[in-house]
Amino acid sequence: MSSLRPGNVGIVIVSHSPKIAEGAADMVRQMVGDAVPLAWTGGDVDGGLGTNVAGILEAIETAWSPAGVAILVDLGGAETNSEMAVEMLPEDRRGRVLVCNAPVVEGAVIAATESSGGSPLAAVKRSAEEFYA
Amino acid sequence: MSLDRVARERLVRALAGAVIEHADELTSLDQAIGDGDHGLNMKRGFEAVLAALPGLADKPLPDMLKAIGMTLVMKVGGASGPLVGTFFMELGKALPEQPSRADLVVATEKAIHAVKARGRSEAGQKTLLDVLVPVHAVLAGGGDAKAIAIEAAQAADRTTPMLAIRGRASFLGERSIGHMDPGSRSASLLIGAAVETLEFEVNT
Repeated sequence: MSSLRPGNVGIVIVSHSPKIAEGAADMVRQMVGDAVPLAWTGGDVDGGLGTNVAGILEAIETAWSPAGVAILVDLGGAETNSEMAVEMLPEDRRGRVLVCNAPVVEGAVIAATESSGGSPLAAVKRSAEEFYA
Repeated sequence: MSLDRVARERLVRALAGAVIEHADELTSLDQAIGDGDHGLNMKRGFEAVLAALPGLADKPLPDMLKAIGMTLVMKVGGASGPLVGTFFMELGKALPEQPSRADLVVATEKAIHAVKARGRSEAGQKTLLDVLVPVHAVLAGGGDAKAIAIEAAQAADRTTPMLAIRGRASFLGERSIGHMDPGSRSASLLIGAAVETLEFEVNT
C-alpha cells in the first residue's frame, strides 16, 4: 500500500494477528482515505501469531514518507520487535520513525487522521497517545 | 581462551541443541504465564542458526556471535528474538577474537546492559535478566564453569516465586507467582550449554 501524498506521515500497524493488523488498516482506509502512506504487518515468520522484525522493516519501507513513520503496536513483543526494527534502519531514517504508546486500532485511526491534515510526526504520535491517556 | 573452528561449531551445536531439546518444556512454562510460544519461537531461531553451519563457524568468534544474534532477531519473533539476539550481537561487538576471561567479563556486562535497554528492564522483574545478572556476578567473581552452570540453574529456579513486572506474564499480576519464567529457563539452558562446551577450551 502506498500513498499519492507522500508528504504526510506514514502509518504502520503491527499486531500479533495479521487479521487484526489488516482489519485496523481497513478501518484507517475507510475513515481517513488514501491521504496517508499505510502498511500493516502481523504474524511470526511461519504465519502463526506473533510479530517479526523483517515484516516490520518491510512495512516501514512500504509506508515510508519523508515526514516519517508512526508505528502502532499491540502487545509487548510487537513493541520490542518494532524498536529493534527501527534501530536496524539506515541512520538517516532511524530518527524519523517512532513507536506510539497507544491502542493499536484507535491509535492507528487517530494517528492517520492527524497525519492526513499534514501534521508533523511528533504531533501524530502525540494525538495517538493522548487518546490513550 | 582460544576457540578454533571445531570448538566454535561445537559451541553453536551445543547452544542450539540445549534449546531445541527443551522446546516443549519452554512452551509449557510459557503456557502457564505467557502466550505459549517461547519454545517454538526459540526452536525456530536456533534451527535457523544450525542451518547456517558450517559456514557460521568459519567466521571469527565476534562475527559468529553477531551472526547468531542477527539470525535470532530475525527468526525468533516475540520479545525473545530482540532480547536474546541483542545479547549475542552485543557480545560479538565487545569480544576480541581470542578473548581472555577478563574480556568475557567486560563483554557480558555490556551485553547485559544492552538487554536491559532493549527490554527497559532490570533484574528482579522475572525476566532473563534474573539469570544473566547473577551469573555475570559469579563469572566476574572468578567462579569456575561448574559454579556458573549451577548459578544459572538456581537463578532460573529463583524466578518461580517472583512477581512478573515486565513482559506478557506481568498481565497476570500475582498469578505469575509460582511459575518459572520461561525466558530465564532458556537463558539458563544456553549458559549451561556454553560453559559445558567452553570448559575444555579455557586456558586464560
